Amino acid sequence: MEQYIGASLMLLFATGIAGGMVLMTSLLGPKKSFADKDEPFECGESQIVSPHQRFSVKFYLVAVLFILFDIEAVFLFPWAILFKKLGMFGFIEMFLFLLILGVGLLYVWKKGGLDWE
Amino acid sequence: MIPAPIVDLVSLSPVIVLSLFAMGVLILDLFIGKDKTVLVFLSLLGLFLAAVSSLAKGTGPIYSFSNSYVVDTFSIFLTFVFAISSALAIMLSVSYNKEQGIKIGEYYSIILFCTVGMIVLASSADLIMIFLGIEIVSISLYILAGIRRTEKRSNEAALKYFLLGAFASGFLLYGMALVYGATGTTHLKDIASVLASSEFKTSPILLMGVVLLVVGFGFKVASVPFHMWAPDVYQGSATPVTAFMSVGPKAAVFAAFFRIFVEGIPNISDYWDTILCIVAVITMFVGNLGAIIQDNMKRLLAYSSISHAGYILVALIAKNSLGMSSLLFYMLAYAFMSFGAFAIIIILDKQNGDNLEVKDYAGLGFKHPVIAVCMSIFLLSLGGLPPFAGFVGKFYIFSAAVKEGYITLVVLGVLNSAISFYYYLRVIVYMYMKEPEGDYQVQPSLAPFSLLVIGIAVFGTIELGIFPGPVISWTMN
Amino acid sequence: MAPLSHYLVLSGILFTIGVMGVLVRRNAIVVFMSIEIMLNAVNISLIAFDRYLGQHDGQIFSFMVMAVAAAEVSVGLAIVIAMFRNKPTINLDEFNLMKW
Repeated sequence: MEQYIGASLMLLFATGIAGGMVLMTSLLGPKKSFADKDEPFECGESQIVSPHQRFSVKFYLVAVLFILFDIEAVFLFPWAILFKKLGMFGFIEMFLFLLILGVGLLYVWKKGGLDWE
Repeated sequence: MIPAPIVDLVSLSPVIVLSLFAMGVLILDLFIGKDKTVLVFLSLLGLFLAAVSSLAKGTGPIYSFSNSYVVDTFSIFLTFVFAISSALAIMLSVSYNKEQGIKIGEYYSIILFCTVGMIVLASSADLIMIFLGIEIVSISLYILAGIRRTEKRSNEAALKYFLLGAFASGFLLYGMALVYGATGTTHLKDIASVLASSEFKTSPILLMGVVLLVVGFGFKVASVPFHMWAPDVYQGSATPVTAFMSVGPKAAVFAAFFRIFVEGIPNISDYWDTILCIVAVITMFVGNLGAIIQDNMKRLLAYSSISHAGYILVALIAKNSLGMSSLLFYMLAYAFMSFGAFAIIIILDKQNGDNLEVKDYAGLGFKHPVIAVCMSIFLLSLGGLPPFAGFVGKFYIFSAAVKEGYITLVVLGVLNSAISFYYYLRVIVYMYMKEPEGDYQVQPSLAPFSLLVIGIAVFGTIELGIFPGPVISWTMN
Repeated sequence: MAPLSHYLVLSGILFTIGVMGVLVRRNAIVVFMSIEIMLNAVNISLIAFDRYLGQHDGQIFSFMVMAVAAAEVSVGLAIVIAMFRNKPTINLDEFNLMKW
């Protein structure tokens, strides 16, 4: 049984975080209803448009930021696997790495890159 | 437990200091208003501290971070060259940015990040580190080239530079991957010792890797036949950025070129020697002959910088210690000459890229004699006339090549120096012997920082030309 | 296990496809994607060498390549957007303000 404790904890956390997020947004998020939003598939664009229509440059900005911060996760995976073996040294190194990433995030945030409007 | 690698933060101190300052400038920019002067001083302080901290380790080659980072005379000297050239670029940008309406605080931060990349390049002894350094430098330069966002030429320059630069990175990377595959290691020291045993020398994978490395580096240093991007990018970028990219990043890429070819794979030099000789010769010829037909000053200096890449390649081909020290000396001399010439272009440059043609310099010698004299000094030094720095630099490069028996190469190099005088003198002739067309309208904008840059450049060009001794003995160390 | 040469040939073919894409296509974004193909072709080589040499340098290298490629993509897209604002086209043949 013992070897399942970690896995069940993981399962618990994952469900907790995912469920918590859904719960929190439904509790805290603004609730506005308009025609576009009530479409079955809603992604910020009308569903039936000409494929030649241009879409807003704001999507590109979000995409660029997403790529940047998402790809940095490749460095987290090997570290997470070897977390115990790397010990304190690995922890500090990764902390510094995330700190630098945090500076980037702070910059984007203050610059208004995360605002949609 | 995996043992922690040897972390030598003192070796890395210039990189750490500059990275901290770059991030500080980036964040501070968010909290200050339109006036960016404080960022200028903060950046200059960062560069100064980085240069000073590079001396912390003495001069002997000290390897750290599992043999992937090395501090030696080569890297310390180049750290100084980078700090000086970045500082000159920042000082030149102050008044230019004000006039052209570039109110972007990140500009200074990106220059600092680019300098970090250059220092990494000059100090790395590992293919992975070299790749990272080149990319830090290149990505910063793509942004800097396009910093005038509303200007079409700047956009075009950035796009061309980006596409060709990324294309070149692909070749460079493939070359590195093949060299890694053939030798089984990414450390330059280990590559050298693997190649010292003869069995690997003719492996086709290795040779293909070397050829791809030549192509990749050729693109990055703008040597012929991979030079097409340079004139366009130089012309389209903001002039301080052009000055910046013609000196520091180029020196840094040459440093990595030198490290890989002379420290990593000298044992198979039979295979790459001839290729590089041919590349050096056609680079010199195309650069100098191309410059003759240019009417735009920035394009003229772009072709001139291509030909200078050819001269520096000669130092690399020599593969001896004199070659190394002449390469270092030439980088420093070139930094002063090139920044001086660009500084003059900048103070004459007005909105919308006017006053950039050679004919706009007509009559400058009579209206603004001091500026014209300074410009003549820089141009003659670029051409290689004694007693200026350019002459000493070329002299050392050519004597290094003669020592190794590359007589033909040196003869062609000297011939090219002679050709280059044609277009440098053409500008001087315009300044002193031609009447301006119509009314004389060129009004230099004499900002204190720009004058300081010109002063430093004149001093450096003459000082290195007359008393090269101390610098030479430092590079010989 | 497939021999090393299979991976190297695959990587070489992908790299060539990327190079041809850069040289032949005229749409900036497509050229851009071709460059990404080139980088990923190199990643295949790196991982294959790494596996057959029994080391980890190649894997680390390919991590770095991925991170760098991401940074390059962001800068490239930003440049394309800035350019598009001034001149609504991404056809490379129309970028001809500067020649010779």
